[in-house]
Amino acid sequence: MSYPKGTIVRNSTLTRVNHWITGLCFVLLTLSGLAMFHPVFFWLSNLFGSGQWMRALHPWLGVTLIVSFLGLFIQFWRDNLWNRDDVEWAKSLDKVLDNREEEVPPVGRFNAGQKVVFWGMALILPVLFVTGILIWEVYFGGATSIETQRVAVLIHSLGAIGAILIWITHVYAAIWVKGSMRAMLHGWVTPGWAHRHHRKWFQRLVATGSPGPTPDSTAKFREH
Amino acid sequence: MADLQSQDYIRRSATNLTPPSVRHHELEVAKLIDVSRCIGCKACQSACMEWNNLRPEMEEFNGAYENPHDLNPGTWTLMRFAEYEDEQGNLEWLIRKDGCMHCEDPGCLKACPAPGAIVQYANGIVDFISENCIGCGYCVKGCPFNIPRISAQDHKSYKCTLCSDRVGVGLEPACVKTCPTGAIMFGSKDDMKDWAGERIAELKERGFQNAGLYDPPEVGGTHVMYVLHHADKPSLYSGLPDKPHISALVGAWKGVLKPLALAGLAFAAVSAFVHSIVSGPNETTEADEARARAEMEKAKRNGSAES
Repeated sequence: MSYPKGTIVRNSTLTRVNHWITGLCFVLLTLSGLAMFHPVFFWLSNLFGSGQWMRALHPWLGVTLIVSFLGLFIQFWRDNLWNRDDVEWAKSLDKVLDNREEEVPPVGRFNAGQKVVFWGMALILPVLFVTGILIWEVYFGGATSIETQRVAVLIHSLGAIGAILIWITHVYAAIWVKGSMRAMLHGWVTPGWAHRHHRKWFQRLVATGSPGPTPDSTAKFREH
Repeated sequence: MADLQSQDYIRRSATNLTPPSVRHHELEVAKLIDVSRCIGCKACQSACMEWNNLRPEMEEFNGAYENPHDLNPGTWTLMRFAEYEDEQGNLEWLIRKDGCMHCEDPGCLKACPAPGAIVQYANGIVDFISENCIGCGYCVKGCPFNIPRISAQDHKSYKCTLCSDRVGVGLEPACVKTCPTGAIMFGSKDDMKDWAGERIAELKERGFQNAGLYDPPEVGGTHVMYVLHHADKPSLYSGLPDKPHISALVGAWKGVLKPLALAGLAFAAVSAFVHSIVSGPNETTEADEARARAEMEKAKRNGSAES
């Protein structure tokens, strides 16, 4: 994949493909999950052919999602480790929300908000996977007691609502911060974007002469 | 299927609107199972299979007369046999016809996410409308009596219909019609309670001091009731729940979380929209690009100075 001259690679092709598989699964799971959660959303079952089809597809989408998310986790966890910069950034959240980003302390590849999204999903999705297995009627309906399944379905619903709330934040942030969508669709950002939103990441790339997304990946590339 | 009409619904699963009920002079019905008169012949079990065209697999003998060993998608009613030794050391054979209790407050209906897959008619019968069933198994979690079973063939949930198709045209359920001892009676709920009262008085005369009617108020009463000789200990009868109630977990899930979650999601979406129109987009400016270019050139100069 070639990127426009003078730009910085924010997300590799692998990351992007991986992200959108996860995203597609998540959206379909949200639509089918909400349809099975609240009657006002039941009409969404028509998107899947019928209620029966939706019920049959939902768990398979979940299995795909968890595998896909594992790929994202492996690619992203290191840059999502919490550090001192995040505390400083979080303290300036009011300025962030007000678009006065010049006054906000610089951060690395991800800011505290993005890290909360990452770890929130990393925590909730496995819980949804496990509780989802327990209430997967076709294969595991008889595997556990009904009481266990009652607990599982309650946790599954709670977790799903949590994940959807995080997802709304994630999507809105991508719409709000211009250039983010392109970063995940086509992979690149302008140097100004990187400087404005992720200055320490930008400076690290400049210092190592790396085209992005991380200095490490370039270092490995250079060995060959 | 000779279905009762939708105007007769008083409850409909996953539906926020109350169904219309034009015909409001509907008598509440009940099936009364007098355990003390049951001889365990299983005629009711056979009649149920015959009327509903069910042919469940015969299972192996496991030391008791139960066969199959549990309710299943093709066994909507099952004779359960329990051997009980009372205080005097006498053996009592407690035989109970198990099946849907047709709760006044049905947990299955409360849990069901598919609109109209579970309905309750004005006469009190709780019915599964199979064409609307999606096979999720939520009714199993909602039921306090462990009754619904999901078919592995068509992935739909099945249970006793109280022969709603027969009752709809003025006939009694098949099990009632076939019972040779009159242990199963059918009629208006009030009549059944009166009849049960007489039977209970007789049982008490015979020495069953704790004889009584099983019509558990925790689920608003049921439209299938038992006359028990040991009404103080229903669990003696192959685990009939002493105090059946819709699980608090199901209440939290369907009662509390549903509206709360909807409000939370709406709040999040509206907040995002409000932020968008108040603060607007966060855009990278030409000044940002200039600052970035300056840093990149500085780094390049330092790099070339080193080499």
